[in-house]
Amino acid sequence: MKTSIITLLFLATFTVGIAQTPQERGIEIAKAAETADLGFGSSTVAIKMTLKNKNGQTSERYLENKTLELTEDGDKSLIVFNSPKDVKGTATLTFTHKQGSDDQWLYLPAIARVKRISSNNKSGPFVGSEFAYEDLSSQEVEKYNYTFIKEEGSNLIVEQDPVDPKSGYTRRLVTYNKDKGYRIEKIEFYDRKNALLKTLTYSNYKLYKNKFWRASTFNMVNHQSNKETLLEFSDYNFEVDLAEEDFSQVALKRAGS
Amino acid sequence: MKNAFILIAFLSFHAFAKAQTETKKTTQEFELEIETEYRYFYENAQFEQQEDHYPSIALRPEYSIEWNKGYEGIHFKGFLRLDRDNERTHWDIRTLYYQKAKNNWELSIGLKKVYWGVTESNHLVDIINQTDAVESFDGEDKLGQPMIQFSWITNRWGTFDFFYLPFHRKRTFPGTEGRLRFATVIDKDDVGYESGAQEWRQDIAFRWKYYIGAFDIGVSHFYGNGREPLFTVSPTGTINAFYPVINQTGIDIQITHNAFLWKVESIYRHAKAQDFIALVGGLEYTFSNIDGNGLDIGLLGEYLYDERDELALTALQNDLFFGSRIAFNDIQDTSILIGGITDLENSSTIMSLEASRRFGSNWTAEIEARIFNNVDTSEFILANFRNDSFLRVSISRFF
Repeated sequence: MKTSIITLLFLATFTVGIAQTPQERGIEIAKAAETADLGFGSSTVAIKMTLKNKNGQTSERYLENKTLELTEDGDKSLIVFNSPKDVKGTATLTFTHKQGSDDQWLYLPAIARVKRISSNNKSGPFVGSEFAYEDLSSQEVEKYNYTFIKEEGSNLIVEQDPVDPKSGYTRRLVTYNKDKGYRIEKIEFYDRKNALLKTLTYSNYKLYKNKFWRASTFNMVNHQSNKETLLEFSDYNFEVDLAEEDFSQVALKRAGS
Repeated sequence: MKNAFILIAFLSFHAFAKAQTETKKTTQEFELEIETEYRYFYENAQFEQQEDHYPSIALRPEYSIEWNKGYEGIHFKGFLRLDRDNERTHWDIRTLYYQKAKNNWELSIGLKKVYWGVTESNHLVDIINQTDAVESFDGEDKLGQPMIQFSWITNRWGTFDFFYLPFHRKRTFPGTEGRLRFATVIDKDDVGYESGAQEWRQDIAFRWKYYIGAFDIGVSHFYGNGREPLFTVSPTGTINAFYPVINQTGIDIQITHNAFLWKVESIYRHAKAQDFIALVGGLEYTFSNIDGNGLDIGLLGEYLYDERDELALTALQNDLFFGSRIAFNDIQDTSILIGGITDLENSSTIMSLEASRRFGSNWTAEIEARIFNNVDTSEFILANFRNDSFLRVSISRFF
């Protein structure tokens, strides 16, 4: 009797190990990546955005981003534009939610107005760039369905299908590096017609606080329009110790003034 | 008197800033916008001495210094305009204040601009700053208001704002050469006060701002010198204008649901000579990224009501606003706003168009048109502007 229970348990474990579905493996990887990045608390970073059109002409923007990590609900973030000068001080405050749409406010410095805006526009471009709003919002595990595709060395490739029907993608192919804290190396975006739309490559990774991998460069290439957007991150600060009050509408106005 | 007040404020800030900067890391920023503008009124002037062509130049310098990781700072925004209309030639300190934030509170002392409200066609609850009525027709330019503002942020119950407003600023009206004026030129110095303390009446205001789920709610109260002068007509026909002491309670609500923004603003204003409610409410719906290339088209509709009827300075007593906001979301931030306000009781209609675009990284261009159509001669305010349709082009360079 005792032996048969052990055998049964052994068999059950074995079966799970072998028969883990690609869906189960996919979500396991996404959760491992989330766990690896837990506990950063808050951070600030300066961003240089370079927009390149198909003729190679470039245009630059400078932004600052503050992030507050929350575990029960999605993260909060505050982005301020420093250039171009005519939009200097324009700022956005976003409360990401694991379920449902995000809450977002826009600060317009010319008239000192805070405006709640719809977060419905997921697929639209962020300030004329090749990044859609959904590419830049906090990546919560709950926002996708997962399918493990294959393993290549230390890279794990997982297909992610957006839960939100308003997403501009049918799927994303995400390459995780399991030896480097499940950091993301590359994302390929497939449009609503399931054609390859964009490739985002993360490079110049640095390890902060001996735990958190952050890429210094994001390069998004649009294969259909031949346009590119480069994001360069500098001055990462994980010691800022920000609180909820730093992500209030009062703080949004202060950041843009 | 006013200039002396501003100068003292500036000097004391300056000394304070200097003492602080010696010990802590600071960041400073300076920016200047130079704008050239041309306004063309294409219909014959209704009143004598009014012009048709108004070339103009404006300067907008900005300076800020921050320390204590940005939790403390001094912010300055100046303004100067030169125009053919002597009254529109004016300067102002839009903002000059010291600010300190710590944990769940923020304190601002100095001249500042504060915006309240959610609607697009009229800004009823927004009362802290005086309107710079000569600068623009839409009333969105404001004069710097001296204040002490204290904000208290709670995670559960929203934000509470307390304002102490020690000085009132009068509204400037266009001069003899200016368009968009009344038959009689109103000199701002001729407009008096109900309060014996005049512009030095010590005013107060309060606002509670709360957010839960799809709802953004603001409740406010203001007690002090009104920002709008009150016009009373005596039986002999003489117009008397003064700033009444008012109590104004305001509420503004926005519900953000998918691509819909539902908005309402309402005020109740009480003064000895006046007692009324006003309301503006409607919706905004945005079709986003419709071409897969970032094109957003928003549709706006709002209803405007004002119990003052034709004495409402805004001339929006029972009107309908409709409009469309088109944003291309391109590198140049090209956007167009078209709209119209039509009176539900008579034929009066105001059409407007505003378009803007960036060129390179330091230039912007704007086009604006306001067209007064079939303005009813019985309109107390608007009838004066019935020949004042105009086109405006401006080009700005940022340094």
